Amino acid sequence: MISQQFEYSAPATLQEALDLLANEGAKPLAGGMSLIPMMKLRLAAPEQLIDIGRLRELNYIRREGEQMHIGAGTTHWDVESSPIVRAHCPLLSETVSNIGDIQVRNRGTIGGSAAHADPSADYPAAFCALEAQFKLVKKGGERVVGASDFFVDMLTTALESGEIIAEVIVPVEQRGTGVSYQKCVQPASGFAIVGVAVRVSSEFVRIGVTGLGAKAYRATNAEEIYTSTHDAAKAAAVVADGADSNSDIHASASYRKHLARIYTQRALKEAASRMG
Amino acid sequence: MQTTIHVTINGKKRSDTVEPRLLLIHYLRETVGLTGPHIGCETSICGACTVNVDGKAIKSCAMFAVQANGCDVLTIEGLARDGKLDPMQQAFWNEHGLQCGFCTPGMIMTAKQILERNPHPTEAEIRDGLGGNLCRCTGYQHIVNAVKAVAAGKGA
Ligand SMILES: Cc1cc2nc3c(=O)[nH]c(=O)nc-3n(C[C@H](O)[C@H](O)[C@H](O)COP(=O)(O)OP(=O)(O)OC[C@H]3O[C@@H](n4cnc5c(N)ncnc54)[C@H](O)[C@@H]3O)c2cc1C
Ligand code: FES
Ligand code: FES
Repeated sequence: MISQQFEYSAPATLQEALDLLANEGAKPLAGGMSLIPMMKLRLAAPEQLIDIGRLRELNYIRREGEQMHIGAGTTHWDVESSPIVRAHCPLLSETVSNIGDIQVRNRGTIGGSAAHADPSADYPAAFCALEAQFKLVKKGGERVVGASDFFVDMLTTALESGEIIAEVIVPVEQRGTGVSYQKCVQPASGFAIVGVAVRVSSEFVRIGVTGLGAKAYRATNAEEIYTSTHDAAKAAAVVADGADSNSDIHASASYRKHLARIYTQRALKEAASRMG
Repeated sequence: MQTTIHVTINGKKRSDTVEPRLLLIHYLRETVGLTGPHIGCETSICGACTVNVDGKAIKSCAMFAVQANGCDVLTIEGLARDGKLDPMQQAFWNEHGLQCGFCTPGMIMTAKQILERNPHPTEAEIRDGLGGNLCRCTGYQHIVNAVKAVAAGKGA
């Protein structure tokens, strides 16, 4: 039993969930892999939990033309084990297999990870490199927000009160694109001290960085240098420039920046070797 | 506020009225009386509380009992059949995969999931798969050996 009391509802439909979430003090519960630990630590104290983790309507992986649509309630394991994701968005498969452990991946969801916006979470690096779009819904409204606007600050996103992520939209990877996710693991928690996701082809390069600052970001300066020089070391050298680096007992700000440069170089090289 | 939940635990159906804030591990240990799943950390790190819900290994200290409403729960107590140990349990015995035994119920539930998904894992895959289960006694080697033995058909 945890200390705080709350009400719990398990709505049968998304519409019902959105109606309930319009109440002041209501919070969505998906896999619970971040929210329940936060509640135990009394960092979160919702009055009402709306269990969206059981909604079939939020649990799907579909390819539509040149885009992949992944329901927010899709678990890490369902993404990791999906042949469609492996074939069309290998960066997500690779990134998600780095999250936590089997038990966490069995319950944690893609929408929950995005909404929680932990500065050390793995998915956000891939979301930035993929320029993912988030379909957000609330009672009486729907909008689409891109990753660069969605992540606002540490544990803070563009989500408004009563609004949830319904779907994550990412591009189908074209032939000739190589991808890689390179993570420096914090061994006790499994989270990323720094994680770098890269997509590279003969036409473009995208670099997403997590763990370094308060929020994941796309390193456009490093992308520009790589585009003009094709030199992984030169591009990696600027990846942390201007970033307001986190500093904690696991890694100081300057060491984090150093790690970001090293892991960017590794990710660029590996992605380039997979361009095929 | 109380909620009534209906769950199947180790093949037996039951209904209980619980508070939403009751964690699944506390429900299993204190309400149902199944003390096989252990509480090591209660912070979703150690894996001692691992049970299987609807075919998936999960940490029952990171789930509320109400979230298991309508689900099929399998704990370590549900593995042996007619007094005969499950092959994974037998392999832990044969290979000395435990010392104090505190981590064992969780280790076994996770180990079974690893092999269900990947019947012939490499040693690295076994170690990675057991990443969410901590053991303070064995140094893991004998646990890994037990999982390998089952994969090689040497459990029973
Ligand atoms: C032991 C452990 C290790 C972990 N290791 C890692 C790791 O290495 N890397 C990593 O990236 N993560 C890690 N995690 C976190 C994990 O990935 C979580 O699953 C994820 O951050 C949250 O997803 P969830 O579905 O469990 O969300 P919940 O915990 O249910 O919710 C998290 C937050 O998001 C909100 N929310 C949930 N779904 C939605 C939605 N659809 N729309 C709007 N808001 C929503 C909730 O209200 C809450 O505020 C770990 C967790 C644990 C317990
Ligand atoms: S008691 Fe649940 S993970 Fe440690
Ligand atoms: S046998 Fe003692 S903790 Fe694993």
